[in-house]
Amino acid sequence: MSAMLLEAADIHVSYGRSEAVRGVSLKIAEGQIVTVIGANGAGKTTLLNALMGLLPFTGTLKFPQTPGAGLSVIARVEAGICLVPETRDLFGTMSVEDNLRLGAFCRRGQRGFSTGEMFAEVYALFPRLQERRRQNANTLSGGERQMLALGRALMSRPKLLLLDEPSLGLAPVLVKEILARIVELRGLGVSVLLVEQNARAALAIADYAYVLETGVLAMEGPAESVAGDARMVESYLGAVAGS
Amino acid sequence: MNFLIFGFLIQNALTTGAIYVLISLTLVSVATVTRIIYVPIGEIMVFAPFGLSVLMGGQVPGTVWLLMMLGGLAFLQDFWQMFQARSRHGWRKAVLLYLVMPALVAGFSWASAKPNVPFAIQLLAACAAPVALNPVLFRVAFQPIASATRLVLLIAAIALHFALAGAGLYMFGPDGLRTPGLNGVAFRIGLIPINDQFLLILGACLALITGMYLFFEYTMYGKALRATAIHRRGARLVGIDPDSASQVIFTIAGVVAVISGLLIGPLTTLFYDSGFLLGLKGFAGAILGGLADYPMAALGALALAGLESFSAFYASEYKDVIVFALLIPILLYRSWRQPAQLEEEHFE
Amino acid sequence: MSKGRIAALLALAACALAPAYLGGYSLSVLDNIMTSAIIAIGLVLLTGIIGMVSLGQAAFAGLGAYASAYVALNFNINPWLTLPVALLAAAVPAALIGALTLRMSGQFLVLATLAWGISIFYLAGALPMFGGQNGLSGIPPLAVGPLVLATDRGMYPITLAGLAAVVWMSLNLLDSNFGRMIRTIRYGAAIGESAGANIFLLRLTVFTIAATFAGFAGWLYTFTLQFLDPGAFSLDNGIQYLFMAVIGGVSNIWGGLIGAAAYSLADRFLSGYLQQFFGQSFNVSAIFFGVVMLILMQTARGGLWPFIANFVAPARREVAPLAPIELPHAPPAGGRVLQVANAVKKFQGLVAVNDLSFEVEAGEILALIGPNGAGKSTIFNLITGLLKSTSGNIHFLGRDITAQRSREIARMGLGRTFQHVRLVPTMTVLENVAVGGYVRHRVPLWKTLLRLNRDGERRALTEAAYQLERVGLLLRQAELAANLSLGEQRILEIARALNGNPVLLLLDEPAAGLRFNEKQQLAGLLIALREEGMTVLLVEHDMAFIRQVADRVVVVQYGEKLTQGSVADIQRNQAVREAYLGVD
Repeated sequence: MSAMLLEAADIHVSYGRSEAVRGVSLKIAEGQIVTVIGANGAGKTTLLNALMGLLPFTGTLKFPQTPGAGLSVIARVEAGICLVPETRDLFGTMSVEDNLRLGAFCRRGQRGFSTGEMFAEVYALFPRLQERRRQNANTLSGGERQMLALGRALMSRPKLLLLDEPSLGLAPVLVKEILARIVELRGLGVSVLLVEQNARAALAIADYAYVLETGVLAMEGPAESVAGDARMVESYLGAVAGS
Repeated sequence: MNFLIFGFLIQNALTTGAIYVLISLTLVSVATVTRIIYVPIGEIMVFAPFGLSVLMGGQVPGTVWLLMMLGGLAFLQDFWQMFQARSRHGWRKAVLLYLVMPALVAGFSWASAKPNVPFAIQLLAACAAPVALNPVLFRVAFQPIASATRLVLLIAAIALHFALAGAGLYMFGPDGLRTPGLNGVAFRIGLIPINDQFLLILGACLALITGMYLFFEYTMYGKALRATAIHRRGARLVGIDPDSASQVIFTIAGVVAVISGLLIGPLTTLFYDSGFLLGLKGFAGAILGGLADYPMAALGALALAGLESFSAFYASEYKDVIVFALLIPILLYRSWRQPAQLEEEHFE
Repeated sequence: MSKGRIAALLALAACALAPAYLGGYSLSVLDNIMTSAIIAIGLVLLTGIIGMVSLGQAAFAGLGAYASAYVALNFNINPWLTLPVALLAAAVPAALIGALTLRMSGQFLVLATLAWGISIFYLAGALPMFGGQNGLSGIPPLAVGPLVLATDRGMYPITLAGLAAVVWMSLNLLDSNFGRMIRTIRYGAAIGESAGANIFLLRLTVFTIAATFAGFAGWLYTFTLQFLDPGAFSLDNGIQYLFMAVIGGVSNIWGGLIGAAAYSLADRFLSGYLQQFFGQSFNVSAIFFGVVMLILMQTARGGLWPFIANFVAPARREVAPLAPIELPHAPPAGGRVLQVANAVKKFQGLVAVNDLSFEVEAGEILALIGPNGAGKSTIFNLITGLLKSTSGNIHFLGRDITAQRSREIARMGLGRTFQHVRLVPTMTVLENVAVGGYVRHRVPLWKTLLRLNRDGERRALTEAAYQLERVGLLLRQAELAANLSLGEQRILEIARALNGNPVLLLLDEPAAGLRFNEKQQLAGLLIALREEGMTVLLVEHDMAFIRQVADRVVVVQYGEKLTQGSVADIQRNQAVREAYLGVD
């Protein structure tokens, strides 16, 4: 029984007058890739932002391995929980190398942490970033930006990575590449909570899956069973006959 | 207008221009990192020379008391936050920055007010309190509203200026001050007369600009501040605390302001409220750069100084009218270049 | 009569009788409060209502003051004739300055007010004809027949009458078609533009009115003191007037009055009594008000007014519905309402919309769907005129609207709602809907100021009520829009759009964030509108909702049209499934 990294129970998030997330519970254990899939507007990004502390929410959120993490965004980052948001939030007018270096900001001066080592790891995972390390981040292509966003989050050697729609705006072949890298993260000791609109691709690499439908969990289970479940398809295309 | 006068006007423009450049670059950095237009920078500027004169007279300047008072207030604010969150997170910073640091500055200033203290020490002490005020001012006045709209932040900055100017009057009185200039070097390059004040100002300006450049380009903290300016949330997501970043840039602004104030002291009579006007003029340069573009801001500041210098000669009563009236087409040009942001720029 | 009205009338009576029981000093304080209040009320309109912070109102007062003083001293005319001079001296420069600076946004605008505030102040101090730093003195007083109106006591009735007039006109202004529209400005120019209003012109009008009020205050000041110096119109004063408005409550006319009174009284108290404690050279006022403003920014940006407002609940009018008298846009009997042809939109190298073409036929509900980032919002903005397309063209009712401004397109019969509901939370449901009919109910400004448009007002509100009945919200007409649920707010926005008598309704994710029964209500409304002949184009994600309401669907991906057809068609379409569910 591996250790729990994140336990969320009965999470409610309000966006103005609407409740975007209603009573969602989920958990992630060490070494897992967990995915939350759902159609547009299901509340996936809102849920992820709330888990990261960017949005206020009600319900209980525990980080059993790092109790202090729940206090603030910075506390989570220092505890080893990083978010790669949908909008990537790169520092466009700074170089790739500087973006990566800043990814390790929270570890500056920590004993046993070597920025050089982290660079080596990230460049090994994403060789294209090494090629472009002196270029400004806003000159990169969509796929390269995604890699940079991921690489920056990895520079602080996080334990848990929250990824918001990594496939967004990417051509199918790039989607394959990014997701393959995510699988490799497990080997580096990083667990992943992956939020995705591209259900099939996400289910192919995940261990466990949650399906979100207009703010509520419609179903959950091991990824293979969710992938094969007709109800999941209905949730996306609304093709429910007679109900 | 003969060549001598022309040369003198150029020198005058470069001298005041250098100061305006420093102020405008500082205002731009503060605005990009914090979204605040730091109107009170003018008060910080004059607190240094006035403080020096008080120290040389054997007294502790009022800015030290102000620092201690605000430090205590800032500590209470942090304490209240910790109490409400039932957490001791950040207590070390609160104690060091808001209790220990003001106490150290107070001790240093008190020691420097004694007779027979070397001028250099007194100079340092005169700078200490105004510089130290800045991160504390951020905590007290701006941190609680750090995510408000730019308009609200601007109104708060204006209110802070109002209060600090009033405090300045109380601490330093209504009389003017002119610090003695240096006398030694005097020669000419082409048309332009050179004296040590001129060299000192240009030298200090170049040194500060170089220093700031190196800081932002090559140090980790400098890069972190730039990142906060580029994408505030992105900076948070890599562990950069936007409030700490703001305090750092406020402190840097304080250092530049204090040095500028001391440099301009010998050139003109300073009053407790002279800073505001100086700040506004440096500000005009910053606006030309759209509050984001450093080279344009510097150019704007120099152009403004040039305009001021020449109109002071030709039409001295209208000098200030010309300078400020010119802000309007500059603002118009800037606003046209930078289309209105989509964020609601409302007040409440 | 409401509590508030009683309180106001009592206050007016007390003020009117003041000269009888107040001494000279107190009367001058009251006089000063009243002239400050006139300026503060202008600031309420500027800052509180349309969200434009101005530090230069003192400068306009200065213009009015100096112009009237100059004319009074140098021309042999009846001093009363200097009043129109003062008003013009403030209004004309304001219109010019406004035309230049109001195109600026937020911060730049405030700084512009700072700039001309200082310029005018220095100009007044520099020009010899204004007496330089010594100012002008010996200004002849006003007179009514043999009665000379000099100093505070003499000018008091004029000042009080002036303040009452300013308050009355401001209240009239806000309680009108014009007033409702300017109240939307804070919440985004897109609201007004979508109802066909020229937001820039509206802002300029309010700006000029505020400046004219300040000029009037300057005129009163001149003839009360018979003496002028530029120090009264400095930037510091400009800052103080802003502080007054904010302290009182910047969103409300009465806040302007309360703020002027509170500020002036506190100021007198501080400079007078406390100064004796602390000795001279202690500018307690400045420190005090600076700190007060900082505290207000942190804790109570609404100022004092919200606390007082609890005691004065304004009367809420209920209105019966009436069908609109004119129907300027006859729905076309069949035919093409909207045609998008080869539309392309590029943003700095990113192609958001790529050669997209589709049509909307009369009387149908067409849904635009597609995965996140597909370009749907961009398409919407191209159609409504908020964005200009890089190439391609768009035709609405047969006319080319590709290069048209959004307000012109709105006036042609295009109504829209927004992805994030944009209502004025402090106005009632009825008032929010009335905004939609703005263009139809415009009247000359002077009629609005003098409350001469009662018939038009009644028509505007009854037509709004008609739309509310149409969407089923008539019973909620007197409630504040902020108190409605999200679903009801979405429907309210549709009612506002309907009030413009549109031919085509554009709905941006109307079902987003709604609960199941709210979606059912919305679907029912859309179907009912279609029965009445309305054409609807909507962007949505919710497939179940679309299945209920849409006749046809256009699927967009990567800014291009993937396919189109009936709902059943596209649900079976393999390419669509892949677009949504993703590929392995």
